[in-house]
Amino acid sequence: MIIGLDVGGTHTDVVLLGEKGIERRVKVPTEKSSLFDAVFEGLEQITRDIPSDKISHAVLSTTLTTNAIVQGKLPPAGMMVTCGPGMDPEYFRTGEHYYVVDGAIDHSGREIKKLDEKAVKKAAAAMKDAGIEYAGIAGKFSVRNPAHEIRIREILSPMFEKIFTGHRVSGNFSFPRRIATTYLNASVYRVHKEFFGAVQKTLDKKGIGVPIYILKADGGTMDFETSIDFPAQSILSGPAASVMGSIAFAPAEAETVVLDIGGTTTDMAVLINGVPVLAPQGIEIEEYKTLIRALHTQSVGVGGDSTVRVDQGHLFIGPERSGPAMAYGGPQPTPTDALFVLGMAENGDKEKARTGVQAIADQLGLSAEDTAERIFDQACREILDYAQELVSLINSRPVYTVREALEGHRIKPTHLLVLGGPAPQFAQRLKTISDYSVSRVPQWDVANAIGTALSRTTCELTLFADTYKLEVSAPEEMFHQALKPGFSLEEARKMAEELLVKKAIREGAHKQPIETDVLEELSFNMIRDFRMIGKNMRVKMQVRPGLIQEYLQIAEKIKNGEN
Amino acid sequence: MLKAKTSTGLVFFPAYDWAISATHPEREERLLYTQDQIFEEGLFDIEGIREFKAEVIDIKDVQRVHFCVPEPEKVMTESHYISAGGAKTIAKAKMDGLVKTGFALVRPPGHHAMRVVHGGRGFCNINNEAIMIEYLRHAYGIDRVAIIDTDCHHGDGTQDIYWHDPDTLFISMHQDGRTLFPGTGFSNETGGPTAAGTTLNIPLPPYTSEEGFLTVINKVVLPVLQEFKPDLIINSAGQDNHFTDPLTSMNFSAQGYADLTALLKPDIAVLEGGYSIESALPYVNVGIILAMAGVDYSHVVEPEYSASQLRQGKSITATIEKTCNEVLAIWKDRENIRVRMQENVLYDERRRSVFYDTDGFFESQHETLHVCMECAGTYKIDSRADTGLRVLTVHIPRKACSNCIQEGHRWFEQADMTNYDMIMLQDRPEDQYLTKKK
Repeated sequence: MIIGLDVGGTHTDVVLLGEKGIERRVKVPTEKSSLFDAVFEGLEQITRDIPSDKISHAVLSTTLTTNAIVQGKLPPAGMMVTCGPGMDPEYFRTGEHYYVVDGAIDHSGREIKKLDEKAVKKAAAAMKDAGIEYAGIAGKFSVRNPAHEIRIREILSPMFEKIFTGHRVSGNFSFPRRIATTYLNASVYRVHKEFFGAVQKTLDKKGIGVPIYILKADGGTMDFETSIDFPAQSILSGPAASVMGSIAFAPAEAETVVLDIGGTTTDMAVLINGVPVLAPQGIEIEEYKTLIRALHTQSVGVGGDSTVRVDQGHLFIGPERSGPAMAYGGPQPTPTDALFVLGMAENGDKEKARTGVQAIADQLGLSAEDTAERIFDQACREILDYAQELVSLINSRPVYTVREALEGHRIKPTHLLVLGGPAPQFAQRLKTISDYSVSRVPQWDVANAIGTALSRTTCELTLFADTYKLEVSAPEEMFHQALKPGFSLEEARKMAEELLVKKAIREGAHKQPIETDVLEELSFNMIRDFRMIGKNMRVKMQVRPGLIQEYLQIAEKIKNGEN
Repeated sequence: MLKAKTSTGLVFFPAYDWAISATHPEREERLLYTQDQIFEEGLFDIEGIREFKAEVIDIKDVQRVHFCVPEPEKVMTESHYISAGGAKTIAKAKMDGLVKTGFALVRPPGHHAMRVVHGGRGFCNINNEAIMIEYLRHAYGIDRVAIIDTDCHHGDGTQDIYWHDPDTLFISMHQDGRTLFPGTGFSNETGGPTAAGTTLNIPLPPYTSEEGFLTVINKVVLPVLQEFKPDLIINSAGQDNHFTDPLTSMNFSAQGYADLTALLKPDIAVLEGGYSIESALPYVNVGIILAMAGVDYSHVVEPEYSASQLRQGKSITATIEKTCNEVLAIWKDRENIRVRMQENVLYDERRRSVFYDTDGFFESQHETLHVCMECAGTYKIDSRADTGLRVLTVHIPRKACSNCIQEGHRWFEQADMTNYDMIMLQDRPEDQYLTKKK
């Protein structure tokens, strides 16, 4: 059996999944003062009286690192940066302990300025003196040639507890994002390690010592050991949990928009044949733009508890939330109150809901029923408009080849998959007013925990080959090899796939055929002096985010269970 | 927070699956290292810099500018639709107020493509800037436009298209035509009788460096722009004046290009040539983008740059000063030149031969302009190419007077079809394009 645990703002949801589907589910309040207690309480309750050898592992999605960043509760981390021609590296300063040292690599991986080791040592000493324990190193174009980052690491390693290097965090270009990502890894490291170390230790003590996995923002998982080297990948995993929990219930061969209709917001994502669309670059949190892979999600300020008001004869829904619906004792009318007036909701104070909607009706000069209809309709239409906007955004991503420009696939979702509190009512109305087919996620209230439990281990890998220099490298894996002449793109792809699968297994992938995708594959003839001297190849591959194959029957059980 | 002072749009279309031929300078790899540098700098993450997806151009947009023989589909490759489309996309973003300024980093280039197109010249088949400008005039009611061509090669195609248009100021600064393709662009090339002075050419001696280019901008381009008062300034932003370019002999730099852009403040820049794909383009493009956006570019310095080695000699400076003065004199005297050229001339004729170096054949043209006092004048070109095709093309200008409109239609209707394979009419006032075939 597998445990899935997702920490939300108010509740922590935990499920135990096994042959029968959901074997057990637990909801514990998330006490802001003690995330640890919530996680531990959840794990303890879900495993009560179940022998630990029946549980293969637990997957956790927490708000730990996210909150730590948002609240600014991070230990100081040092950054050492090498730059070269281009933007002023001062623009990317991460804080007080940010040092730019001489040394530069160009776009083709050539050293154009030697590393100033004296400056490295001096900066390292200054960081050490300031009490820094965790350091990040990022160089411009280090993914083309990590030599400077590696050398700085050698110099720094005796002096600091943990060091992160830019070329390991992602194979993608963007020096500013590499700096931010490396810095965040160094910053959240201690918080992350201490927290999960404590969870693991406490579980061991209680005799429920199952291996721990951690959910990432791209909807994939990594094992605890991997997370120690890439702790920032746990940032913003929340939105991914629900999307992954929906996947098993999406049509296998359709383009689908997932709508998670909550109290304050509706969160959206797009699935193509059951595979979520990833954000083009990486997560953005506070002032940090990163290279941390994430699902392309969008949040809009329309939900069941959005405040409804009238301004100059126009009806507005959200984006603010003043509290729960009036039917549940809130101060302002909401779409949920409209549902009460329409007789579509129960177990609340219908009269209070009507009073609220009537106040809106008076301003519009309509009956309470007509007003409730309008509120409900408008909420649905706004959600549909935003969904269309997300689709347009994905379709307007630039392409760089003639083939893609002329024949490139434009997504056109035909299905809506709805989850969240008011999902049943909204699903019905969305179907009536749009051309989409609509379905709901069963057990929507624990879909996030289910998604967390069933997700695969994912990772990405970039491979660069140069048949003129006769070298091939995959910086993230610290892979570097000499090539024989005649190396082909097919061989490059095969090599990338092997490295990717190896990486995935090391990071916790279960034994199974690992599904991979080629995200980008380019091969250029390098011409110098009107003569072809070699080929420049790039292959970018990923383990496709999705559910672990052998658990699909569990998802099937959950699906059938509700019918 | 890093923020652009001027909101800037970019269309980046490197056409990674298109080349003129396998080892041609205009090949797949051309913008690869530029992309690497732009992405690595994180330029698209700067607040106020926005990337747009290139659209595909309509044939109608092409026919507003060109007479393609025998038809657009035959002289264009697939990549041209997107390259010109990219310029159009960025122009729309500018006009719709999404950005203040924009740069179409697209290939293939276009500034050697003339009004009549039988094939490829100087790696160009259709003129991206002209197609964009005529679209803007049609869709947004833009009138006066200035095109500043800073490619190392004379922008003979753009010059040809606007030779008779007094509302389009075309200034080209380039390596002296005696030393480089296409061999034209001398200071005495100043436009036809109805538009004399709105074409200005500033040939520069080989080894001109930063000082020389910036002198031309400050002494000629900026004062002329100030007087001309264009609605839009377009920069044909070729990058082959760079000291490492393999096809040319100039000594310009990334800092120089950025300074030039900061001075010129173009509304829209469109990439033209530039074939030093590793040593120049990555740095020049980053410099231009930062300059457009008003972000500090002082750290954009090529690894191989050396100010002292690139400094231009005194004789070069003197030659440039002299040329600048000549060109300024032409600009100041343009009304008189026009009067002189129009005196006692009802029809102005020119005959010339056009070389299609990329495709390897010649075309001979016989052009007849109605020297009109009311408008730019309608004109026709009798064109015969080595491909065996002979066509008659008639252009009625955008703001043609009723006489010129009638004359254009008469030429189109009454031409002897037995002499031509095709007769085409570009009726700009009606925004229509008509074709008659044998």
